[in-house]
Amino acid sequence: MSEHFDRPASAHVPVLRLGDVLLVTLQGDLYDSAAQQLQEDIGATIATSGVTGVVIDISGMEIVDSFLGRVLAEIAAQSSLLAARTVVAGMRPAVAITLVELGLTLPGLRTALNTEAAMDLLARTGPGSGDGPFAAGHP
Amino acid sequence: MPTSAGVEACLPIRSDMDLVWVRQHVRQAASLLGFGLVEQTKLVTAASELARNTLVHGGGGRMDSARVTRNRAVGLQLAFCDEGPGIADLEQALSDGYTSGGGLGMGLGGARRLVHEFSLESTVGVGTTVTVVSWVSAPPRPREEF
Repeated sequence: MSEHFDRPASAHVPVLRLGDVLLVTLQGDLYDSAAQQLQEDIGATIATSGVTGVVIDISGMEIVDSFLGRVLAEIAAQSSLLAARTVVAGMRPAVAITLVELGLTLPGLRTALNTEAAMDLLARTGPGSGDGPFAAGHP
Repeated sequence: MPTSAGVEACLPIRSDMDLVWVRQHVRQAASLLGFGLVEQTKLVTAASELARNTLVHGGGGRMDSARVTRNRAVGLQLAFCDEGPGIADLEQALSDGYTSGGGLGMGLGGARRLVHEFSLESTVGVGTTVTVVSWVSAPPRPREEF
């Protein structure tokens, strides 16, 4: 029996606050309902805490399908409306190859190779630098 | 030579929890048959898209998984069956950006690009079966022009 059957699926994803940034780590497999709950949790946490950045670490995700891809894009768009910037960190190369073939290149999504680089990116660009997904000049 | 053990299965698709089982089974079956990491990832992603279609558009159904051979090639065949409303316009359903269920419209057309063989049978009022096959170490699929 493979280890894959023993790995628990995530029914709830914790949202951690680190200073001005929310850190979310996705791992294993994710129920659709957990992904939708996460989207609501992030929105609510930004609104109450006033953080200016969201880092979503997906290095533990073996696949990202169109549903999860859409949730990530919606989290970024929703965070932008709530004055926070989102960086998706740690996508596996096989996931990137698959998303491109699937036709889902998520052009509005900011990415970094790992969580540290994502934190650097948020610190470097700073809040209010106007380069969010809805910034002027973006198609 | 890999056998059918751990590959043959019939899994129900009734909830988003079943989607997790479908993905985990396809990952395991693809790994057992000797698919590389990228091909495994494509197969699991395609299965996730098709299983979600079965759930959302077909009102639930099942996935049948089997090891198939042709000449000396070994492959993984996945069939997604539902008894839902069926698809009236197959061309439209397969085109990118078309959606009847509030998604991105990448499900069918996207899944088709992730596997080597793809067939869709649908009868309005009876149901839909999507069958896909990928072969271990098959030559790369020819690319369409961007």
